[in-house]
Amino acid sequence: MGKVIVVTSGKGGVGKTTSSAALGAALAQNGEKVVVVDFDVGLRNLDLVMGAERRVVYDLVNVIQGEAKLTQALIRDKRVETLYLLPASQTRDKDNLTPEGVEKVIASLKKAFDWVICDSPAGIERGATLAMRHADVAIVVTNPEVSSVRDSDRIIGLLDSKTVKAENGERMEKHLLLTRYDPTRAERGDMLKVDDVLEILSIPLLGIIPESMDVLRASNLGSPVTLADEGSAPSRAYFDAVRRLRGEALPVTVPGERRGFFGKLFGRKAA
Amino acid sequence: MLTKPRPIRLKGRSFLALSLAPELPFEDWLAGLDDLAARSAGFFLRRPVVLDVSSLVEIKKADLRELVNELSQRNVRVMGLEGARHSLLGPDMPPAMNDGRPASDFDPAAEDEIAVAKESVEAQEAPAVETIAAAGPSIQVTGSLVVTEPVRSGQSVFFPEGDVTIVGSVASGAEIVAGGSIHVYGTLRGRALAGTTGNGTARIFCRKLEAEMMAIDGFYLTAEDMEPDLRGRAVQVWLEGHALKTGILG
Ligand SMILES: Nc1ncnc2c1ncn2[C@@H]1O[C@H](COP(=O)(O)OP(=O)(O)O)[C@@H](O)[C@H]1O
Ligand SMILES: [Mg+2]
Repeated sequence: MGKVIVVTSGKGGVGKTTSSAALGAALAQNGEKVVVVDFDVGLRNLDLVMGAERRVVYDLVNVIQGEAKLTQALIRDKRVETLYLLPASQTRDKDNLTPEGVEKVIASLKKAFDWVICDSPAGIERGATLAMRHADVAIVVTNPEVSSVRDSDRIIGLLDSKTVKAENGERMEKHLLLTRYDPTRAERGDMLKVDDVLEILSIPLLGIIPESMDVLRASNLGSPVTLADEGSAPSRAYFDAVRRLRGEALPVTVPGERRGFFGKLFGRKAA
Repeated sequence: MLTKPRPIRLKGRSFLALSLAPELPFEDWLAGLDDLAARSAGFFLRRPVVLDVSSLVEIKKADLRELVNELSQRNVRVMGLEGARHSLLGPDMPPAMNDGRPASDFDPAAEDEIAVAKESVEAQEAPAVETIAAAGPSIQVTGSLVVTEPVRSGQSVFFPEGDVTIVGSVASGAEIVAGGSIHVYGTLRGRALAGTTGNGTARIFCRKLEAEMMAIDGFYLTAEDMEPDLRGRAVQVWLEGHALKTGILG
């Protein structure tokens, strides 16, 4: 049985889609089977970031409505053969995502893949709650600024109450992915400090992804950054995050600082 | 001079009322109530009370009026009747109330029943409370609720029965509503409303103050009213007369 990961944040534009694609591609490069599922019905993006927009025939809504089989809707990546995309519908209404339909799709994907990555839409409404509903692990994507941190806090509350795991009295494994971290702005004191974000959210840190032009360049090429430019700073940060996700105890370094965060932060009790 | 009268504005407002469900025979039920009132020192007297009569199918209007009178002699003001048949209502009776939404149980006799409203915050009762309660019914215990998780933005911990202890932080946009005192072993960033059932002796304690608002028995302080040098400090808040006082702990 595969592991279901939701990539979520509450706030939009923080890097959920970028991170879903980058983590998915990084996980798949070891030969494990990965599917990235776009839950952002009506505002789909993941197909663009993964360079598959011209190959979308059927989508998640078609599968849920019984208009297409799951195998017809899945798109295999041209570069990494164990990486797949299940696109969202751009034209349909998100009310077409039914809880029963989502449950069935996720159950089938879990049987066929090692990792099922659900790219959540922004907000705390239906789309976001359905994306997190069946997750085993949550990656909370946060930018180092107050509104993003507060929205993430709200989302963590929902992860602990609105998911199947929470309803069964189990503990949802949650990780913080701090993205769009800008060392020069951090130095000027224009961003929240890493310690402050961790203190407020009190969940373990999976990684810090620097703000970088490489991310924009990669998405313009239609490629997850971890495929487009493996040696770039954001790619290396995503690869490290994947190693931590697999359970490796790897210290987190703050971009622009030499100081390692191991022990102090990553070693925190998982909340 | 004839000016157009200002239009009357009707505003909606909701209040927390206690709901009492009387049982027959009324004499016995009133005796139980007297006993409770004596033990918990008029805990709910002078609070708004709604009588839930939905299970009293057989009673007559005269009997119900008699009960309302008995209650008013005990300083229990009945604000409304819930679940009353049409024949029980009238201009000489408290008004009908409907669409009541449940809040937490308000039962000072049964401390082991705790409820946390809204989003389910994992809650555990402190084992110490059970131990004390087990010592005998003669000992007075107010309820206590211990939350061992951080309280997240958008969550609300609602516990009119007594004290709330949070082992963790209270996020901006979260709120704690307690009938008794509030203890936060972490940073208080959201709102803390203590003594909400009319308990002016309740206090608020936190390890680190960054609160948006704090209130005791309805008297409140907003972030702007708080002294700047209290921010980030371990603080306690109490009520003196009609003003909230703050002091640094330790
Ligand atoms: N590390 C980064 N550096 C620079 N730009 C980034 C980074 N991460 C995301 N972006 C950009 O931010 C925008 C929003 O990212 P996206 O992943 O679509 O966010 P979300 O899915 O949370 O709405 C996109 O234009 C994306 O290219
Ligand atoms: Mg997105």
